[in-house]
Amino acid sequence: MLNVKSLTKIFYPGSINERVALDRVSLSLEKGQFTTIIGGNGAGKSTLLKCIAGIYQAEEGTVSLNGEEVTRLPDYRRAASICHVFQDPMVGTAASLTVEENLALALRRGDKRRLRWAIADSNRVFFQERLLSLQLGLEERLNSPVKLLSGGQRQALALLMTTLKEPKLALLDEHTASLDPKTANTVLELTEKLIENQGITTLMVTHNMEQALKMGHRTIMMHEGKIILDVSGPDRKNLTVSDLVDMFYEASGEELQQDRLLLAKGR
Amino acid sequence: MSAVVIHGAILLGLLYAIMVLGVFLTFRVLNYADLTVDGSLPLGAAITASLIATGTNPFLATLVAPLLGAVAGLITGILHTKFSITPLLSGILTSIGLYSINLRIMNSPNISLLRATTVYDYFSLGGLSARTGEYLAAGVVVVILVLLLYSFLHTESGLAVRATGDNEIMMRSQGVNTDNMKILGLSLSNALVALSGAMIAQYQGFADVNMGIGTIIVGLASVIIGEVLFGVKSILGKVVAVVFGSVVYRLAIALVLRLGFIEHTDLRLFTALLVTLALIAPELSKKFQANAGSKRLSA
Ligand SMILES: Nc1ncnc2c1ncn2[C@@H]1O[C@H](COP(=O)(O)OP(=O)(O)O)[C@@H](O)[C@H]1O
Ligand SMILES: [Mg+2]
Repeated sequence: MLNVKSLTKIFYPGSINERVALDRVSLSLEKGQFTTIIGGNGAGKSTLLKCIAGIYQAEEGTVSLNGEEVTRLPDYRRAASICHVFQDPMVGTAASLTVEENLALALRRGDKRRLRWAIADSNRVFFQERLLSLQLGLEERLNSPVKLLSGGQRQALALLMTTLKEPKLALLDEHTASLDPKTANTVLELTEKLIENQGITTLMVTHNMEQALKMGHRTIMMHEGKIILDVSGPDRKNLTVSDLVDMFYEASGEELQQDRLLLAKGR
Repeated sequence: MSAVVIHGAILLGLLYAIMVLGVFLTFRVLNYADLTVDGSLPLGAAITASLIATGTNPFLATLVAPLLGAVAGLITGILHTKFSITPLLSGILTSIGLYSINLRIMNSPNISLLRATTVYDYFSLGGLSARTGEYLAAGVVVVILVLLLYSFLHTESGLAVRATGDNEIMMRSQGVNTDNMKILGLSLSNALVALSGAMIAQYQGFADVNMGIGTIIVGLASVIIGEVLFGVKSILGKVVAVVFGSVVYRLAIALVLRLGFIEHTDLRLFTALLVTLALIAPELSKKFQANAGSKRLSA
């Protein structure tokens, strides 16, 4: 389904600030596979997702979707197949547009925008139905500007927007990290309901190791631009968070200093 | 103020409102301060005036203006999106270039239309007075354009333009080439501005190569006046407020001139100060409130 081959991304190449964010990363995802990604700050997780989405262009390597190479396609031309939920709730939705207008934009993800009405009455019924499934009361607020919603509501809306038109690949980049624990949980439950249980091929970055092991079929750990651990199937079933910490030490030769990662266990 | 002055201000306000709709589209919807308008307003005036002066039907001559205006917006859009020139500089480049083009089009710094037949003459045909005809023409055009702009902003394309001005990353992640949306918005905006120039030239009875200087500031002043006086939330409300803002601006100018507060030479300074004040007002009120708050705490 997704095939990443030897992807290298260098920021400020050739300057003293040169930074290799991705170092020959290769990764294949099977159709329907839900994969979680963990790793410390600056490991290259977001950069990997952005290269797959086309927001960044990699210096080397290729990205293929369903056998078709998309390495040089700009982000907006990959959007028909790929959807991306960002960490910052402000990024996934347009603040000054209403709830229904945001949904209408997502309903046409990847399509050409025409000179016909953006929202028909039948769309509204559909939007309300889908908003009802979030159980956040948003179905009553179709005409509210999104800037009036809370961060959690905006993130839930962003999730719903990605699934309004089913994507081939979902990229979730710490999409619950900036929410309070209770809201993060709600959004996570929605992630299971709207994405995991629908069998959408997914790459989900998380800072919560327990979550990383509990959700999905496969877990990848990144460090300094490389994938240093890749577990799935029975190996992963019996894995605990402390196993993961040990494996990180073995693979990287460093202590896992990311307090954020460890503390996040409880969530 | 005499009735003549008031009628003149209202009419000019309506005709400039067409331009202000364009400025609203770039400044408020696309979040792009576009200086092309200083060149595209006289462009519309120049082409329509020269065509009418050489015997073209005034309606046809008027319709050519928005086409050329759209091309001007297209050029600014391409400079900005394809060559990464800043919005301000892209607009300045186009409007400076247009100055020479406008001179070429008119073959002189100005063209008089005093004895020519204009679109306004057709509106006063059935025995209506000239002024009624002018109101009718301006009113019809403004109402049609308000409805068109309002409708456009509710189409798929219009929504994509609005979202581009709001959140470019999001719009691209939904599969829209935001560069194209900016180009589209700039073209439509400058089409409106050029049409405004065409209507103003026929109303005034002349086109002048310098009539565009400061258009952007007048546009911003009108947009802001409309927002302050008619602070409405709906899109239709905002678009209509733009028209009122333009009329109120013209009436305010006529009033201060009349009262002798300022002279004609001071007009641009007055407008620039007005816009500056409006732009810094939110910051000032924030500081003021913060100060008041800290005083209360220390008391
Ligand atoms: N836009 C950018 N410009 C320069 N450096 C960047 C940029 N984005 C990421 N980096 C650098 O690339 C490395 C990987 O970053 P990132 O992918 O965001 O890490 P993660 O998401 O795993 O925390 C970091 O060293 C970061 O500083
Ligand atoms: Mg990150």
